[in-house]
Amino acid sequence: MTAASATPGLIRRRVGRLRTGALGGWLNIVALAVLTVFVLAAVFADVVSPVGPNDVSLSDTLAPISGEHLLGADQSGRDTLSRLIYGARGSLLGPLAVVAGSTLLGTAFGVWAAWRGGVVDWLISRSTEVVFAFPGLLLAILAVAMIGPGLTAPVVAMVIAYTPYIARLSRSAALQEAAKPYIAAYRVQGFSSLTIVARHLVPNIVPLLLAQSTLNFGYALLDLAALSYLGFGVQPPTPDWGTMIRENQQAVLEGVWQPSLVPGVCIVLVVVAFTTLGEAIADRVARRDVP
Amino acid sequence: MGAAASIPRFVAGRVGGLLLTVGVTSFLIFSATHLAPGRPEEFLLRGRPVSPEALAAVRAQYHLDDPLLVQYWRWITGVFTGDFGRSLQFRQDVGGLLASRLPTTLLLVGYASLMIVLVGLLLGVVAALRPGKLDRSIMLISTVAAATPGFVAVIPLSAVFAVGLGWFPVFGNGEGLLDRLWHLTLPAVAVAVSVVGLLARVTRSAMLAELSREHVEVARSRGLPFGSVVRRHALRNSLGPITTLSGLIVAGLFVATFVIEVAFGLSGLGSLLVTAVQAKDFPVVQAITMIGVLAFVVTNLLVDLLYPLIDPRVSLRAGVAR
Repeated sequence: MTAASATPGLIRRRVGRLRTGALGGWLNIVALAVLTVFVLAAVFADVVSPVGPNDVSLSDTLAPISGEHLLGADQSGRDTLSRLIYGARGSLLGPLAVVAGSTLLGTAFGVWAAWRGGVVDWLISRSTEVVFAFPGLLLAILAVAMIGPGLTAPVVAMVIAYTPYIARLSRSAALQEAAKPYIAAYRVQGFSSLTIVARHLVPNIVPLLLAQSTLNFGYALLDLAALSYLGFGVQPPTPDWGTMIRENQQAVLEGVWQPSLVPGVCIVLVVVAFTTLGEAIADRVARRDVP
Repeated sequence: MGAAASIPRFVAGRVGGLLLTVGVTSFLIFSATHLAPGRPEEFLLRGRPVSPEALAAVRAQYHLDDPLLVQYWRWITGVFTGDFGRSLQFRQDVGGLLASRLPTTLLLVGYASLMIVLVGLLLGVVAALRPGKLDRSIMLISTVAAATPGFVAVIPLSAVFAVGLGWFPVFGNGEGLLDRLWHLTLPAVAVAVSVVGLLARVTRSAMLAELSREHVEVARSRGLPFGSVVRRHALRNSLGPITTLSGLIVAGLFVATFVIEVAFGLSGLGSLLVTAVQAKDFPVVQAITMIGVLAFVVTNLLVDLLYPLIDPRVSLRAGVAR
């Protein structure tokens, strides 16, 4: 099928990127800093978190921002900052698993299709089209209906949904690489196909795949957060940004917005950071390819 | 090959591809629910102990003893005649359930699409015509907006416009068209936020490409009013990519509205799907997933077929390979 069979994620990828001009370098540094802070917080949650994520203190129900609760407390009096820090774990690990799985599978399928051609190529391309017909979120909901809520079903479904994008990209990149003289040179020297592909061809398309996978991280985070928000992903009481928004949405009507807004802001920050970095890598790859 | 000869072939090829995709996906959706752990009649009986005769009766009523392919055939032929089977949790026909929920979802998709197209076009054209600060701010805002999913946008929207200002309700469907639109305004904005910037960006880059082309220069040098040059020469020629993207956005909106319906407690297809998944009400899950896939691939097909009509410069062959 044509490029038109795309989920919103792919649309974003096809759209011209933001020209940041002189700000470009600074934006990348800020994005990198934001991600570093979140990753460190997730890794060292036990150390940096003020209290436990599930420490209930009913006297602090919907407590405002104060010295004791730097970002306030939720309906059950749980500290928002602590839940945010622990929530970073699930919120970042899920997309990481999706990106790792889909990049590995997609590259394998795409390069295999490009290298072998013929029936293998045809089969892989047709399967790709079938998966494209499923919006990722819908596929994940179907998986939850089958397997049950939790992180496993959505992550497996999202790996399946994201693999075709990487497969298509790596297939076309591998086709271009395979036509270059150096590949023929290795062939003449008698190297096996596996050696040429694994040692020489794939390393040359890695930067392109890295750009796409960085962008995918942001999209996967958005999809998984949506699933948690619907109650299908990370299950309470385990903190997760999507779940936190759902748990505290009711409080907005009582005029207390920070327990639900703050996790939302974290989602936006991380996704903007990944988009910025992904586009920066893509720009660099494009400049390298077009002399 | 002449365009006249290739149009039927182009359409037939695309429709054939669509039918093949729908065939495979529908089989996947149907058999997936059969792969689910647990036997269907256990969900039907909710763990109540029953006699073997009653169990056999239930299995017969839901045709559970037929081979998978026979069951699939019965289901898929039913789908195309509007018969989606019976809901396990509501004990009524799925078709009737869908019919009562569909209007809300369609209205929300339509309302949000209208917002996206109007605001996206406007922002894109303004950004293209006013380079500099305004252009950069619009592009920066669109980047942040693209990273803001609807269920995040819900929070500031309801905090400001529902709780703070009290302009819009945050719950329920409303009665009558005007009241419904009033209830759907905040949900539609929440749906639109994350994609409106995409359209603005594409409009901007398409407009910039057209504005720098010779025919626009010629039109301007001959003294045609600038507004007319923008409308008739730049915007008209930019409509190709803009239409393609709008179609893709609308195709993706169905699933985006599902989440927003839950956020605002709207009784549309999305909230029905969520309760159906929780209750393991598979006939409903199958039906809504199938409708989601159909809406997605049919919209994509329409965009593909429309493209050569909107932009005759694109040959059908190029359209196919696009």
